[in-house]
Amino acid sequence: MNVRKRLIALTPYLLLAPGILWLLVFFVYPSIQMFISSFWSGTLESGFTASPDNWTTYTKALDRYSPQFLRSLVYGGAATIICFLIAYPLAYTIAFRGGRYKNLLLFLVIAPFFTSFLLRTQSWKIILGDDGILFGPLKDIGLLPPEFRVLATPAAVIAGIAYNFLPFMTLPIYVSLEKIDGRLVEAAKDLYAGPWRPGGTIAGGVLGALVGAGLAAALSYDLIIFAVLGTLVGIVVGTFFISQSFLRIVLPLSLPGVFAGSLLTFIPAMGDFVNAEILGNTQTRMIGNVIQSRFLENNDYPTAAALSFILMAAILAMVAIYARVLGTEELTSAR
Amino acid sequence: MSQAVSSGAPVVPSFALRAGRYIHRNVLYVYLLFAILYLMLPVAVMALFSFNDPPGKSNVAWHGFTLDAWLNPFGVPQLFDVVQTSVGVAFISTIVATALGTLIALALVRYRFRGSGLTNTLIFLPMATPEIVMGASLLTLFVALGKPPFFPTNFVTIVIAHIMFNISYVVVTVRARLYGFDRHLEEAAMDLGANEWMTFWKVTFPIILPGIMAAALLAFSLSIDDYVITSFTAGRTSTFPIFIWGSARVGVPVQVNVIGTAFFLIAVGFVAITTFLQGRANRPTQPPKMKEGATLPSPERTLAPATEA
Repeated sequence: MNVRKRLIALTPYLLLAPGILWLLVFFVYPSIQMFISSFWSGTLESGFTASPDNWTTYTKALDRYSPQFLRSLVYGGAATIICFLIAYPLAYTIAFRGGRYKNLLLFLVIAPFFTSFLLRTQSWKIILGDDGILFGPLKDIGLLPPEFRVLATPAAVIAGIAYNFLPFMTLPIYVSLEKIDGRLVEAAKDLYAGPWRPGGTIAGGVLGALVGAGLAAALSYDLIIFAVLGTLVGIVVGTFFISQSFLRIVLPLSLPGVFAGSLLTFIPAMGDFVNAEILGNTQTRMIGNVIQSRFLENNDYPTAAALSFILMAAILAMVAIYARVLGTEELTSAR
Repeated sequence: MSQAVSSGAPVVPSFALRAGRYIHRNVLYVYLLFAILYLMLPVAVMALFSFNDPPGKSNVAWHGFTLDAWLNPFGVPQLFDVVQTSVGVAFISTIVATALGTLIALALVRYRFRGSGLTNTLIFLPMATPEIVMGASLLTLFVALGKPPFFPTNFVTIVIAHIMFNISYVVVTVRARLYGFDRHLEEAAMDLGANEWMTFWKVTFPIILPGIMAAALLAFSLSIDDYVITSFTAGRTSTFPIFIWGSARVGVPVQVNVIGTAFFLIAVGFVAITTFLQGRANRPTQPPKMKEGATLPSPERTLAPATEA
């Protein structure tokens, strides 16, 4: 009987063992190995030896590739903000206006995942082409100057990243919005929550100006035009769409979803190199492009390992700060 | 936001208010339409360009309609081999990852044990790590091991990597299904004389099977599409995404669009069929107790990788 009881107590561990072992050997241990490898010296032919003296790999790598690191940060951040701006109204509409089509609409949001990531990006190359299906006609009728281009600029890379990771932002926001009890909003309205004016107009204008200017800076476009455009859009949205009940109830309750979504977007966006490679040029190379070419083309394992380690550490640090600032501990439990 | 005036004497809203409500109600639907079109645009372009008739290799400008590529989908050297490799990797890694992940999900939902918090973190981490870091660290491991079957990297190392990144997604998908599970059904089976083993196979397994299927479908589509991690663990082996990447510089053959479109249609069809069958299976026979608890998650929701994280 006693043996039987012990066996039952062991059951969860027996169920876990194979999968967890796999993750320990092929996920956790490789991370440690990567750290060791960043202290390697030698070549693939002669073999590698690790020594603490090789810490200079890190300083050299940072020295040489800091522009690419900075670019990853800026592109990843800009793409995350764009994703949020697109995804929030989308998730809101599906959650509160989807009705019986909710599941179908959600399926449409994740449907692009059923095509190859590379082919989707390749399609954007076709769409954004200099004389492609989008800009070709606009140039023909004279709305755009003939030298106008998006492909091979930061804008194309950021747009590609934003597109590819949009579902990662939309779904968590949707989940947190969907859980909101509609009666709370009704109660707020009964208690005279109405349109938020002039607060919404002012806040919308200021936020719009900031986002517009920020994106213009990231894309190195004209700051003033973007700021003015952002202000106008912000004022309209703030005046007509931001009610007090939204500000006080819906938005705060959806913050865990926003938090999870922005992490799930920002992390892969920072490490991405596919969009920069297909949609960008040599001036838009991100840290992922460097890591990949160091590893696979140059066999420069120590530098590549050091760069990957810095990337991972930077992301972890930013996630920690972000979690502290937002004060959310729902990173792993946002269900 | 919701239906406007709920009770009391009829109130005639001012014109501005009505206009505001009208805009508010309809702008969101228009926005929804545009957002869905935006999401679908690249898929549509991919499908459209599978009918293209380019004179050279480059398939980025429209030249004319032809069915050539569809009639001869593997008419490009190597293409059949790489698709075969991709499907093989996806099959093996899906089966192994689904089995391992389902066991973990069962342990996490069904048992309270020491270390469950740590396990949850370990499951979450691979989904929160950039793919490039996972691929790169696996490559350093394989280089450090330095001998077969790990180095030079090959088919085996691709499968190892794909199982690794699929496990977490399987766990969160199956776990979502297990949360909505009514334990009373199992107790009833036990009361009626079934032992644990029989209860599992006759009651538990059939109920969580749709969740496992959804997890397997997700794992399969993640695996067949993975480029980043595969590029680090493939060595000289070529998969479908690696083939696309390699040909991107000289021009992606039209046949690649054909296969991409076919994959898309198969996946969508599969989801549609399972949703339909599940909807039919759930409606008449569902015991009243089940409806009271959380309704069974539909495959769309359990499929979504991000909902759980």
